Amino acid sequence: MTTTAPAPAEGPVGRPLDRVDGHAKVTGAARYAAEVPLPGLTHAVLVGARVAHGRITAIDSTEAERAEGVLAVLTHENLGKIAAQPPLLPSLAGSVAPGETFFPMQGDEIHYAGQHVALVVADTYERALYASRLVRVSYAEEPSVTVIDQGRDQAYEPEAIFAGFIPGRTERGDVEAALGAADVTVDHTFTFAANHHNPIETSAATAYWEGDRLTLHDTTQGVTATQHTVAALLGVPHTRIRVIGHFTGGSFGSKAMVWHHPALAALAARKVGRPVRLALTREQMFVACGHREEQEQHLTLGAGKDGRLVALRHHKLSPTSPFDHWAEPSLGVAGQMYACPNYEGVYRLIRANTTTPTFMRCPGEATGLFALETAMDELAELVDLDPLELRLRNYSESDPASGRPWSSNGLRECLERGAERIGWERRAAPPARDGDWLIGLGMAATAYPVYGPNNPQRARARLYADGTAVVQAAVTDIGTGILTVMTQVAAEALGLPVERCRFEGGDTDLPNVAAAVGSSGAGMVSAAVHAAASALREQLVARAVADEGSPLHGADPAAIDVRDGRMVLRDAPGTGEDYAALLQRNFVPDVEATGSWGPPPHDAPFASMTFGAQFAEVAVDPVLGLVRVRRLAGAFAPGRVLNAKTARSQLMGGMIWGLSQALLEATHMEPATGRWANASLGEYLVPVNADAPDVDVDFIEVQDTVVNPLGVKGVGEVGQAGVAPAIANAIHHAIGRRMRKLPITIEDIVSGG
Amino acid sequence: MTVRTPDTGTEHKGTGPEAGDRGPGPVKVRLDVNGVRRDVEIEPRVSLLGALRDELQLTGAKRGCDQGTCGACTVWVDGRRVLACLTLAITCEDAEVTTVEGLAAPDGSGDGQLHAMQEEFIRHDAFQCGYCTPGQIMSAVGCVREGHAGDDREIKEWMSGNICRCAAYPHIRAAIRAARDRV
Amino acid sequence: MRPISYLRAEGTDAVDSALRAVGGDPGSDFLAGGTTEVDLLRQNVLGPRRLVDINRLPLADIEDLPDGGLRIGALARMSEVASSPAVQERFPLVSRALVLGASAQLRHMASMGGNMMQRVRCGYYRDGESPCNKREPGAGCAALAGVSRNHAVLGTSEHCIATHPSDVAVPLVALDARIHTRTLEGEHTYAIDDFFLEPGDAPHREHPLTHGELITAIEVPALPMARRSLYLKVRDRESYEFALVSVAAAIEVRDGKVSGVRIALGGVGTRPWRARRAEDALVGGPATTKSFDLAARAELAVARTTPMNAFKPELARRTLVRALETLTADGSPS
Repeated sequence: MTTTAPAPAEGPVGRPLDRVDGHAKVTGAARYAAEVPLPGLTHAVLVGARVAHGRITAIDSTEAERAEGVLAVLTHENLGKIAAQPPLLPSLAGSVAPGETFFPMQGDEIHYAGQHVALVVADTYERALYASRLVRVSYAEEPSVTVIDQGRDQAYEPEAIFAGFIPGRTERGDVEAALGAADVTVDHTFTFAANHHNPIETSAATAYWEGDRLTLHDTTQGVTATQHTVAALLGVPHTRIRVIGHFTGGSFGSKAMVWHHPALAALAARKVGRPVRLALTREQMFVACGHREEQEQHLTLGAGKDGRLVALRHHKLSPTSPFDHWAEPSLGVAGQMYACPNYEGVYRLIRANTTTPTFMRCPGEATGLFALETAMDELAELVDLDPLELRLRNYSESDPASGRPWSSNGLRECLERGAERIGWERRAAPPARDGDWLIGLGMAATAYPVYGPNNPQRARARLYADGTAVVQAAVTDIGTGILTVMTQVAAEALGLPVERCRFEGGDTDLPNVAAAVGSSGAGMVSAAVHAAASALREQLVARAVADEGSPLHGADPAAIDVRDGRMVLRDAPGTGEDYAALLQRNFVPDVEATGSWGPPPHDAPFASMTFGAQFAEVAVDPVLGLVRVRRLAGAFAPGRVLNAKTARSQLMGGMIWGLSQALLEATHMEPATGRWANASLGEYLVPVNADAPDVDVDFIEVQDTVVNPLGVKGVGEVGQAGVAPAIANAIHHAIGRRMRKLPITIEDIVSGG
Repeated sequence: MTVRTPDTGTEHKGTGPEAGDRGPGPVKVRLDVNGVRRDVEIEPRVSLLGALRDELQLTGAKRGCDQGTCGACTVWVDGRRVLACLTLAITCEDAEVTTVEGLAAPDGSGDGQLHAMQEEFIRHDAFQCGYCTPGQIMSAVGCVREGHAGDDREIKEWMSGNICRCAAYPHIRAAIRAARDRV
Repeated sequence: MRPISYLRAEGTDAVDSALRAVGGDPGSDFLAGGTTEVDLLRQNVLGPRRLVDINRLPLADIEDLPDGGLRIGALARMSEVASSPAVQERFPLVSRALVLGASAQLRHMASMGGNMMQRVRCGYYRDGESPCNKREPGAGCAALAGVSRNHAVLGTSEHCIATHPSDVAVPLVALDARIHTRTLEGEHTYAIDDFFLEPGDAPHREHPLTHGELITAIEVPALPMARRSLYLKVRDRESYEFALVSVAAAIEVRDGKVSGVRIALGGVGTRPWRARRAEDALVGGPATTKSFDLAARAELAVARTTPMNAFKPELARRTLVRALETLTADGSPS
């Protein structure tokens, strides 16, 4: 395993560099997938099924076809068949990654409300949108199941969930016996509303054909995932599909998998013989790119009088689609957080008339830790311990699930640092009062897995004779700052100032990396970029020492440093030359190297997780049922931080996501019709500026020599997990009531008051 | 109330077309965007957002909801921040439209130069994915000019019409605080 | 959005030409701020064939009335009215309700007349397709058995439970405002109580205006006690959300007794809800939490709820009590 090279203090990695794409983003120059100007561009709008289950008995598109500017109305009757339905695999696998193993408009059956039944293409967006309303679809409706309460009796235990990667049942020890013998038990059911990602950019694809070659501009977390998936669906060779996605306007999982619209845009473009832009409407974002499923979790803790856990039983029940056994892995991290010898985790699913649920930021960790960490708060109360002390008492040096040591940890330090930042000592006193508000403090531990790709990640680095470098890998910026961070990584490995280094991504013509999902983008792409840039540097150094004209001729390559593009003898920095001088003297226009990095094997003798601790200060007006978060403080140990500024931003955003999940976000399914009833940003509430308190983000340094060459564990999601329980625990501190439902809304506070 | 009435919209009930009626087909609409006269041939139903993005290729104003619920399409009409998605382009004739592309230097003479608010958004990392950012910036400058950026409490309230799903809000406030004296 | 044609009313004869254009054509609608009209056109809920742009009509002034009241032009924008010193001073509850409504951008766009005419936010109305008696009389009401957390509990009928969405209409109802309109036949004035209609068996009729009748102004009569008034809005989000419950209130207390009081509720009624029962219960009685509570209970006794909005009467009671407590507490209202 490669070890982390200690970075020179002045190196670019870690510095809070401003985003390299900042200028483009603040001036409006950054072009997103639905903004690419193309001659002859046409616009497509989807039509969704109005029933949740049944058959289409007739589609009358005459009126739509007659409407001004309409070029085509595509339905299952004239779209044509897809070549094959690829299997469900997470996009991190680097291969096909359909959102569900069903492709619409192939037949007359309707499996869920909103299922695409027609696609209208017109010469302008307004015309396509209007004509989409003129398509008349008749249905023979059948009874549907869309919520847990309708399908409880039909629940089944799947062999595996999450695309087959996670077993449906996990056991160790003897939970039943341990619970029977425990001094204290906490046993509750927790309920969670369905959630939708709602990035501000709706999903969109722009497709055009040049002969048999397809170019797709896609909003995606991974252009290669789109390429593989569309290739499989259309039966077109990879060599004839290029996918471009320089900027993705937020995803949070909604663009982690490849849903139907890029392939539909490509099919429509072929039909009309012109470029087609297909952007989902906001309402369609609720039915066409997955969701976090409604869920119920039953959690039982058994502990000794000292608060040490002896048993943890965690069951989850949730609806999945008719096609796939999907549940977000809510039991994973919750089962690995603390030392506990006896464990049972079971997923149960209900076949429902919805899309396959999908990844949504902190998929599973956020919900599972809500159950665990509010139960831990209650356990602390029962055994009369400070909640923080209870966590420390159950701290585990190794992964309780596998028994392997953690590759790096930091939880203890995170708990201590977070407590300091929020002023945890105030928690011992009764809640303070501020007018109508009661002030409560709460905390929770948090963790997020360190996922790695299944396949090698690649990058390419090229240095020009003018001493500037371009480094490339097919990664898309979804807001994480990856273009900036990779510029820093490349510059450091090459020994160049960042201004002379440009990183390019977002195009399948570039070296292949997997989708930036699961908080793994920075770790895996930095590994590939580091490898490519290091290889290039070695090549240049080798060329210098072999060049009779170089002052470095004959030197030992290992004794050479590169700084500011100048190769010098470490012990005699006066001796050396610029990269540029070497190449110009030899009439070499450029030098190029590729690099790849394969992830550690799955049977490595380590387990990896990013740990953190969350603290919340909330104000509760128990009369009006209002909960307002006054402050959040989080401390995290994400390994090497590549850019302190962008990493902090991601963690801060994640923490506010946690607040949002705690207090605002719920998609309401209407059981009678099987439709999401609040499919808009007016009714699906996400935080506005006034809801977002100041957020304190702190880093605990841990070195991880296992996960990847730079020791990066990721910051995309760990910030979110643990916030909701910290808030719920703070509410308990303020008003003495336990909240076991997300989101916690006004009626929950008022009804019990 | 008429609902889903199939109609190509070429005829009125009641009186016939009157003098001054324009549309429903494409008509020439005279816009003044970022100080430049821009004529577009659009149907009256086309929103200012649609005209900017699809006709003028000014894609700084973003389509996030098309329903007035997210603020990503915020532009100025006659100096006031408004939502381009709920504004018909044809109603903006004789008005001055300003988009993020014209913020730093309406006449295009800026040569890459940034407005103070843009600079502070970069410095404070007040965005992540960047999609809501042009709307945030147009709104932020409006917020300051309206006199609603006195303290964080005020900024919070008066910037709440712009949703940032990446939740860069604390940094957006920091950028506004830093830029407000230079706006 | 369906195809539409466009006519801009302007020039010396602008008001009359706008009235002629819309009054003579059932397929024409007025277009002011557009925040409802354009939205619902795109949603396929409204179906005019022509929009008559009235934004240039000279109806945007805010004028003092001799008695200390105000006449607010129908085309004054929400933001202009909210920041008007006269409104802030004499009717702080109006200013506050405006500032707590929508967002800064929408308030710059939306006109006061348009605010009175804004449509409900019921998702079944807005989706353009669900059964909705408001949109399509006789079609039924999907909200009754649907997702109804935000729906009304007062003034409902078996045909419609959509909540009236306006914030500013709530204080205007409390203040006995009057709505001035014009048609080709002349001018009309409506007491605001007569302006907002309960759904009854005709939810599609939301106000008594005839097609083509144009709101020209909102008159707010003088009310000295309104100088000490408030608008309290309860919602999940801290901003940019319609009210779950809101209360507009002004109260005058002499010698510990309530000598005058105005109360209206938002977020709970099918119309901005004047709480006359509560007012009647309060006048002449002591200004105590207990009497506030009894008054609130009297008002909300007739509430009819669904399983999802069953919390609203209790929340409304608490909000009303809080509003009156705040107004009668020492110090200035929050």
